[in-house]
Formats: sequence, structure tokens, C-alpha cells
Amino acid sequence: MNKKTGLKREPLTDAQLLMSITIVIFILMYLAAMAFLQGGFLHPQQIFDMLNDNASLIIVSCGLTIVMIGAGIDISVGAVTSLVVMSCVLYLNGGGNIFGSILLALGIGLAFGVVHGFLISYLEIQPFIVTLAGMFFARGMTTILSVNPQKVEHEGFAALRDVKIEINALGYTAKNGNFVPARMELGVVVALLCVVVIFILLKYVRLGRNIYAIGGNQQSALMLGINVKRTRFISYVISGLLSGISGYVFMMHTGAGNATNAAGMEMNAIASSIIGGTLLTGGVGNVLGTFFGTMTLTTIKKIVVSSGLNDPWWQSITTGGMLCFFILLQSVVLNKRSKSKK
Amino acid sequence: MAGNIKKKFSGGLGQLTIPVIAIALLVIFNLIRDPSFFSVGLSHNNDGNIVLAGNLISIINGASELAVLAMGMTLVTAACGGQDISVGAAAAIAGSVFVKVLKTSPDISGGKVLLAFICACIVAMLFGTFNGTLVAVFKIQPMIATLILYTCGRSIAYWINGGATPTISSPIISAIGSFIPGIPIPTPVLIVVAMAIVFKLVFKFTSLELLTQSVGINGSAARLNGINSTFIKLLSFIILGVCVAVSGSIGVSRLGLINHETLLLDIEMDTILAVAIGGNNLGGGKFKISGSIIGAYVIQMLTITLYAMKVSSTDVKAYKAIVIILLVVIGSPVVKEKFGKFVSKLLDNRSKASLKGAQ
Repeated sequence: MNKKTGLKREPLTDAQLLMSITIVIFILMYLAAMAFLQGGFLHPQQIFDMLNDNASLIIVSCGLTIVMIGAGIDISVGAVTSLVVMSCVLYLNGGGNIFGSILLALGIGLAFGVVHGFLISYLEIQPFIVTLAGMFFARGMTTILSVNPQKVEHEGFAALRDVKIEINALGYTAKNGNFVPARMELGVVVALLCVVVIFILLKYVRLGRNIYAIGGNQQSALMLGINVKRTRFISYVISGLLSGISGYVFMMHTGAGNATNAAGMEMNAIASSIIGGTLLTGGVGNVLGTFFGTMTLTTIKKIVVSSGLNDPWWQSITTGGMLCFFILLQSVVLNKRSKSKK
Repeated sequence: MAGNIKKKFSGGLGQLTIPVIAIALLVIFNLIRDPSFFSVGLSHNNDGNIVLAGNLISIINGASELAVLAMGMTLVTAACGGQDISVGAAAAIAGSVFVKVLKTSPDISGGKVLLAFICACIVAMLFGTFNGTLVAVFKIQPMIATLILYTCGRSIAYWINGGATPTISSPIISAIGSFIPGIPIPTPVLIVVAMAIVFKLVFKFTSLELLTQSVGINGSAARLNGINSTFIKLLSFIILGVCVAVSGSIGVSRLGLINHETLLLDIEMDTILAVAIGGNNLGGGKFKISGSIIGAYVIQMLTITLYAMKVSSTDVKAYKAIVIILLVVIGSPVVKEKFGKFVSKLLDNRSKASLKGAQ
């Protein structure tokens, strides 16, 4: 598979290795949960719940993975998601239609992406600072729009929100004898679609290959005739657009806008990408890994809750510990590999 | 004349150009908006002491924690080429330890405050060592390594407090947080000055500055020259740990309570911003601590200016973002180059050949 792309062989295999580690650990962890904790973990609905709750996180993580592969960072994603939710909710309540709200969501995301991309790639400002400013701006704008939580009262949207895809084959019979089919929200379909599209983009489209190239080594990418600035610009635009989509999906899940929506989402997205095997130094990463990274992160939280550690601090302490474990594992594995190659 | 101006734009003030311009712009803006903004007066506070009061004082006082953290962060940035995003969480832990030790018995004496501070220092340094080990020994990028503590730090602080937000009240604590009786200058400001002097002395009498810069510019070259780059990186994180303990203790003393959720909230972002506004390259290498300190005051002055313009505290972020973008656009190498060319063209049409040298 890698023979055709001999030049980029090394980073790709690293990404695949890191991704397979994540997938194996995810499966092992889930099996262990099924064996020892039982309860909800035995039903397929548990997986669908995890997907339903995290559809928007999966989408922003995909965007972040692209940016990180291009050796950048975008910490504005959570805030943009929150801004999109708030503005769409206000737009819908103000008499807007659904089509318009989707355009608004995409427009806001795109606008942030374009501004970030322009400032970072053409004015050569450090990505952290630019997207930090973007984050501040989006959070500030959200509270300027409304400090109080807003609920969507649009009927068409409520209908759209309540659409659930029911899968009978994965359902189960509840204790009271009723048959409950597995339920999946529309947002999950969008999220999975995003993962697939970006997977194809990164693997088979020239733009995706270029993003790997500029992340791996900007200088050699330039020598190969890749338009580094434009590629970097586009990577931020994609990330912005995905934040917009994520905002809409988030709204479809919660149905309300709140200034504290998606708080800390950027860090969760970064953590997902890292667990999935994306390196912040660029050039290494895989969007499928990111998907499993998100799932791993969620499974840890679920396990902590179901194993009875109810004190509020355990969830994030365990997440931190797990993150530490993954980061160390990756570092050790990569160091070992680079040594054995020499 | 032409050469002089050209020199200024191509780094006559060095990396201090941006922070100095920023602070000058803010001062001019405020003077136009409201000339009495900078008036400083003496007033009596609740304890009956004569103290300095005014916007200028609240700017300098309010930026204390930020300035202390920015000093440490500058070192970490310079040595490791990355930033520590866990300082807020670590400060919450340090503050919790500080309060925990103070709470062991009801009476609070000066010695006990010192002991509490030392304990907070040790804990913060331990966490700094943890981050530093990940970065220096395991070669993980600082932002990712510190993401761990960022994720769980505030929960650890919560755990130390046992799920509560204990308060402390003592004349010594309020003296640290606000004013020492008889001295009209806020104590946190004095602490910042003391810290700055300590840094200056350390840089003067040791080669830490040079070593840090060489590790940051090229780690492997530094290693080949016999510099222990692992140790220098670790040391920078430990020094940041001390800064974290100091600012955590100031923050706790200011409020008289420890709230793990809100103590120095989002300060990591502001700290990194202060370092960047200070003209330091976030990719490591050359650094100026003075720049970062000015950067911290720029941020605080911006915040207070916005408050004075009746912007609500939740909306401040949006305006701050616009100013940050303006500042970094002005400081951007591309814009500088274009602007420099433009200025030179206006001043001297003939010296086109030398323009390329002007960055």
C-alpha cells in the first residue's frame, strides 16, 4: 500500500502504528468494561449513546487533526461551535428557516477559517495566538449575543432534531418487555460522513497529501513545488468549516444555545487527536485514529461513572491519567522505532 | 533621519518594539478618551491605612499574578520552544496546598504562612518536574505534555480541598493580598518587583540566560557544546513551578479563599499572550523577560480600559481579541517588511538596494 508513496512512507507507518495501538486499547477497554461492569456496556445502545453525545466533538476533532497534520493548531474550535449554536438559535427564534440557519452555521465557520488561515499563512503570525484571539472573539461574541440560555422554538427544527434513526437489529428487550431499537441521531450520520470524507481527502486527494508534506517538512515541501501558504490556508478553512458543521450538530443534539456550550471542547478535541496518534509536530496523523481517540476518551469517562467513583473530581483525574499513559506510550514507541531505524 | 527611522522599524528597540508601541497606544487612547484615567490619589482603605488608588494602581496591581507567571513562562518558552498550558491548574493546586497548610490549626502566624508558601512551592515544583520530565526526557511537545495537568489539575485541587472552597481570614493574609499597613503600594506589586530583581540577579550572576537561549535556538548544537539541555529544560519548568506557587498564593491571599474552579481562570492563555506580546518567539530561542512583563501590563491595561468603557466582563474577550489581532498584525514580519519598504520608499527613493537588509 505504501510502495507508491515512497517519499512519505515513514510518517504514514508511524501514524498507522499509533492508530492501531489506540484501536486495540479501545477494544480491550470496552471488552473489559463489558466483562466487569456489565450494565449498559452490554447493549449496543451504549455505543450509539457515546456517538450521539459526541458527534460534534468528532467533527471538530477531524478539523483539528487536519490542522495538526499541517503542523498548526486551532484552539478556537470549541468557541466557534458555541458561537454557531447561539447565533443559529437566535436566528431560528427570530423567524429564520432551517436552510438559512445551515447557511449561517457554515458561513460563520468559514469566516473564522478564512480569517485564521489568512493571518497564519499569509501574514505568518503564530497559529496559537491567532486562534487564541479567535477563541476569545467567538466566546465574547456569544455572550454579546445572549448571556442567558436560549431554547429553540422553531417547529421545523424541532422535527429535524427529533429524527432518530432506529436500527431494529441492534435493539434489545427492556425489563418491562418493551422492545427498544437502537437509536442514532442525524448528527452522528453527519459526523461519520465527515470522518469518511476527510479520510479520503487526506489519503487520496492531492491537497491531503500536500498537508502531510508541509507538516512533515515545510522546507522540502516548498522545494517540491507545493504551494505551502495556500495549503496551510486551506487546512484552516476546512477546520473552520467543520467547526461550523459541528455547531449545527451540537444544536441538533441539545436544541438550545448557552454561553457555556462546548466549554473545553478544544482541549478535548486536541486530546482525541493525540490519543488517535496525531503528533502536534505535524506530518503524522490519521483521521480514523482521531475517531477512535474520541471514542476512547468517552469510554474512559463512562467507565469511571459506572464503576462508582462518583466524586466529581475522578472523571477528569482519570482522563488526565489516561492521556498521560497514551502520550508516554506514543513517545516511547516512536523513540524506539526511530532508534531501531538508525 | 531616514536611516534612524528605518532602524527603528527594523528592530531598533529590538523585540521590545511591539510591547512599547502597544502600551504607548493604550496610554494615548486613554488620555484622549478621559484625561483623568491615569490620576492617582491617596485614599483610606477599609483597615484605615493610607493607600494609593486609581486606575493605574489597579492595572499594576491586577497584573501581578500574570506578570509573575509570564516571567516563568518566558523561560519555558525560550528553552523548550513551547508553552505550559497548565499554569492556571497548577496555581489552583498550589493555592489549595497553601490553604490546606494554613487550615491545619486556627491561629495563623507569619512563620506558618511562610511554611504554607514553602509547601505550595514544593508541590508546584513537583508538578513542574512532572511536566519538565515529560518534555525534557520523553521529548513530548510542551503543549501536549502539559495538557495532562491542564485536564486534571483543577480536579486535583478540588480533591485536595475535599470538595469545598475553604476561606481563610487573617491580617497577614490580607496584608499579602492587598496592603501592608503603612506602605501605600499594594503588596503584590512589591512581590512582582522582588521576583523581577531575583530573575535579574540570577541572569547577572549565572549563565542561565545564555544556556537557555542556546538550548532553545538549537538543542542538539547546545548538547554538542557540553550543555545539559535536558537539565536546562527541566530547570525552566521547575522555575515556572516557583512562579506558579507565588501567583497562586497571591491569588488566594487577594480573595481570602480558594476556589479551584475560578482561581486564575484562563490565565494560561493570557500568560502565553503576554509572552507573545513581549516580542518573544513562541518557537523558542532569544527571549526578554522584561518584554513579557510589559506584555502582562498591556493585557491588564487593555482589560481595565475596557471596563472603564462600561464593557461587561463577559464581553471583554471579544474586544480583547480584536486588539490582540491588531497587535500581532502590526508585529507580523510580513507586515513589518511591507511597511518598512513603504516608509523607506517615502523617505529615500534611492536606497532601494539596502531595503532588503531592512528585514
